[in-house]
Amino acid sequence: MSSIRRVADSMTDSPLLSVEDLHVTYHTPTGPVLAVKGVSFELGREKLGIVGESGSGKSQTGRAILGLTAPGGEVRAKRLEFDGTDLLHANKRTMRRIRGGGISMIMQDPKYSLNPVMTVGKQIEEAFLVHSNDSKREARRRTLEMLRAVQIREPERVYRAYPHEVSGGMGQRIMIAMMMIPEPSIIIADEPTSALDVTVQLQVLAVLDDMISERGMGLIFISHDLNLIASFCDRILIMYGGQVMEECRADELAQAKHPYTRGLLNCLPRLDGSQDELAVLRRDPAWLEIREKIS
Amino acid sequence: MIDIQDLNVVFGHGKQAFHAVRQVSLAVEAGQSFGLVGESGSGKTTVLRALAGLLDRVASVSGEMTVDGESLHQQRSKSFRQRVQMVFQDPYGSLHPRHTVDTILSEPARVHRLDRIEQRVVAALEEVGLDASFRFRYPHQISGGQRQRVSVARALITEPRIVLLDEPTSALDVSVQAEVLNLLMRLKRERGLTYVLVSHNLAVVAHMCETLSVMQNGAIVETMSVQQLREHHSTMPYTRQLLTASLGYDRNAIDAFEEFGS
Repeated sequence: MSSIRRVADSMTDSPLLSVEDLHVTYHTPTGPVLAVKGVSFELGREKLGIVGESGSGKSQTGRAILGLTAPGGEVRAKRLEFDGTDLLHANKRTMRRIRGGGISMIMQDPKYSLNPVMTVGKQIEEAFLVHSNDSKREARRRTLEMLRAVQIREPERVYRAYPHEVSGGMGQRIMIAMMMIPEPSIIIADEPTSALDVTVQLQVLAVLDDMISERGMGLIFISHDLNLIASFCDRILIMYGGQVMEECRADELAQAKHPYTRGLLNCLPRLDGSQDELAVLRRDPAWLEIREKIS
Repeated sequence: MIDIQDLNVVFGHGKQAFHAVRQVSLAVEAGQSFGLVGESGSGKTTVLRALAGLLDRVASVSGEMTVDGESLHQQRSKSFRQRVQMVFQDPYGSLHPRHTVDTILSEPARVHRLDRIEQRVVAALEEVGLDASFRFRYPHQISGGQRQRVSVARALITEPRIVLLDEPTSALDVSVQAEVLNLLMRLKRERGLTYVLVSHNLAVVAHMCETLSVMQNGAIVETMSVQQLREHHSTMPYTRQLLTASLGYDRNAIDAFEEFGS
């Protein structure tokens, strides 16, 4: 177990991650683009959902935490702290240790996130060995164990397979295995199942859910799917225009107050609804202005 | 309006043959919306493409298809292509990146030798809620929702009676999806259009259609009314599982999921 994990375990009550007044700005020839404007939240051992439409800054928030903001982007924050480490001013070596070992990220499409010319087994082993001094034999043993843990029925066969030989759902289980094996305390999952069929999606989420609760980890789940987030997560941040519009408990989303959240909920077609005209979201520029004044 | 009997589509030959659509039969009345649901690889889009005549060169298609009284043969007639139009899933991939909206919309009108092309273009844009200033823009200069509106306008310009919709909103944000769905519903009401809608989203199909077929592994598993779908009156376990899954994450329900393999 890495030292990061042990320290985190000893202070169960304090948050795993603190984000205060996070800003991400891209400087472009046509002027600065404010992708994230003053986002603050704390993450404990829970499933936190960040929901928003495209361009809301939800992915940029996730990437900024891990220092993965694209070149040209500037990240500022009053506080960006993981387990006592200031992520904004950490040196590259510390960041390498934290990425994967402390905070791990699962991306949307396994097709693009797995190395196509390396077997699945070798890739998972690599993720393990980067963060530990164990032998290759131990790495292999742990890899097969992890493949079993993500509900892959024939771990030996999948271990030897290349990414193109597995299905999308299997690919995403492999990604989960790879992200889990260095035993991080936080997983950031950015639309991890949006490319999958709905039943496969739920099965993959069940695997993720079980591992997160067994290991007492924190999860940041980024998605555009309100229904999914409301049923999967414990707490939700609703983002729009780079800002958090509202925060609520997942089971209380139906009672959300903010007009943006209400608008999003109302414009979803429902299985048990009628065929009347769907409500259309009316965006109010004031949603963004008021908050800027406060901060 | 549309009648399909025993449609089979096979891609490839011999050992590599892949039977994508198996014995599919369906009927859609004029002015109705018919939904085809299923997971990826179930063959729903292939049925739509077979109907539109987009597969004849790449696959072997057999079965009887009748549209608006016309029995369909290998080569679709020009009047078929005028009466049946299609809207594709990806508004980024289905509009020519180097053609202006004006060129995109006037091309089908020119192909079908329609008159007053300019008025038609402006009218079609207006119909989908875009003003004339969009005429001389390129697809990359407009948003995803606006692009899908242009796709709808392009389908409307030949004044079709049937519009085939292949996942028309799955690439869009939910607020934009609502706008496009409302637009499609209004056009159907005003013009008496017949829709065949392919979607993996049961809620979208429940909102738009009267009847639907659930597909799996190339075959129709079940055909039911949307009312039956809403009341969860489904006889097939596969449909019931899709319904459960579309209601959201429920840890306990997931353990009961079955594999409906090939």
